[in-house]
Amino acid sequence: MAEFSLPKNSKVQPGKHYPAKDAKKPRTFRIYRWTPDDGQNPRIDTYEVDLAACGPMVLDALLKIKNEIDSTLTLRRSCREGICGSCAMNIDGTNTLACTKAIEDCASGDVKIYPLPHMPVVKDLVPDLTHFYAQFASIKPWLRTQSPAPADKERLQSPEDRKKLDGLYECILCACCSTSCPSYWWNGDRYLGPAILLQAYRWIVDSRDEDTGARLDDLEDPFKLYRCHTIMNCARTCPKGLNPAKAIAEIKKLIVERRT
Amino acid sequence: MNTAKDFRHPLKRARGLGSAQSGVSHWWTQRVTAAALVFLSLWFVVTVLSVLHADYATARAIVAKPWNALLLVAFVLTVCWHAVLGLQIVIEDYVHTRWKEVSLLVLVKFIAVLGTLATLMAVLRVALGA
Repeated sequence: MAEFSLPKNSKVQPGKHYPAKDAKKPRTFRIYRWTPDDGQNPRIDTYEVDLAACGPMVLDALLKIKNEIDSTLTLRRSCREGICGSCAMNIDGTNTLACTKAIEDCASGDVKIYPLPHMPVVKDLVPDLTHFYAQFASIKPWLRTQSPAPADKERLQSPEDRKKLDGLYECILCACCSTSCPSYWWNGDRYLGPAILLQAYRWIVDSRDEDTGARLDDLEDPFKLYRCHTIMNCARTCPKGLNPAKAIAEIKKLIVERRT
Repeated sequence: MNTAKDFRHPLKRARGLGSAQSGVSHWWTQRVTAAALVFLSLWFVVTVLSVLHADYATARAIVAKPWNALLLVAFVLTVCWHAVLGLQIVIEDYVHTRWKEVSLLVLVKFIAVLGTLATLMAVLRVALGA
C-alpha cells in the first residue's frame, strides 16, 4: 500500500538551535537536516539569521547560514537567478527555487525549509534526482527527424510555430512540479510526472520534429501518462509560472485525436 | 531506488517494460460515461423522488414504463462501467503489493458484473412483468 506515515528511521527529530547575537532584524529558519554518515534520524535545526545583514532571498539566508553559522549545511545552488534549477526545495510549504523566493514573501513565523518531497535524500536539502533525469532521457528529448538536414542552413520554423513552444521551452527541469504531484509520489517509478511530460510535449508540438507518432506511442501508457489526474499542484508550484497540467492535457487530446 | 549493488543504468529502470500502447480507451470511456451520467443521474434522482412516497404498486408501475425501464438499465450499466474504471485507477494508485492489487482489480470487476446483472434482472422482471 501507499505509505502514509514515515518509517521509524525517517521520523524527524528536534535538532540544534543556533541563536543570533545582537540581531537587529532576526528571523528564524527551521531547516531539515540529515546525513547518511552517522546513522541518526533526520532532525530540524533552528537558525536565527539577522536579516539586516542578509540578502533578500531565501538562498541568501541559506548561504549566510552556511558561511557564518554552520558550514555543514548542504544544498545545491548555482546561478542564483532562477535559471539553473539547482536550488529547488520545499520552502514555507511549497516547492520553489530558494534563489527567487523572497524571505519576506514567506508566511509570518519561522521559515520552514525541507528538501523536495518524496525523493530519496542524499544529504540535508539535496535530493537524489537520478531517476528523474533518467526519465527525462527516456523521452529522447532532442529533435528527431526523417528528412535529411537542409544543406548549409538550419531547419526553419515560422514565427507562429515558434510561438507554440512558449510556455514550454522555459522549463528548467528543477523538479518542483513533479515532486509536488501526489501521482508522482505514489507511482514515480513508472509515471513520468509533469516536468518530463511537459518536456515531451515540447518536442511533440515542435513543427520541426518528425517523430510525433512515435513520441505519442511511447507515452500512451496507463502509468507513464494517464496517472495524471489533473490535481494541478504542478501548475500551482512551478517557479517559472508554467502549466505542465495543460501540456499533459494537450498530449491526451492528441492521442484521442489520432484515433478518431 | 538504486541500491549500491544495482549495476543497472538508471535509464534501464526509467524505460522499464516500455509503453503498454493503451490507456486512451480507458481515459476516453471514463469521460464519456461521466458525461452520460450527468443526465442519467439527474433523471434517476428525479425518478427516485417521484416514487418516494408512492405505494408498491404505483412504484412498480412507474419502473415498468418502457422509457423508465430503458433509462434505468442505461443508468445502471453506465454507473457500474464508470465505477469499475474509477476504482481501477484508485487501486493502481494506492495498492502497491502486486498480488493484492491484481486480486482487487479482478474482484472489483466480478462484483460490478454481478451487481449489474442482478439489477438488470430486477428491472427486466418488473418491466416485462415476470
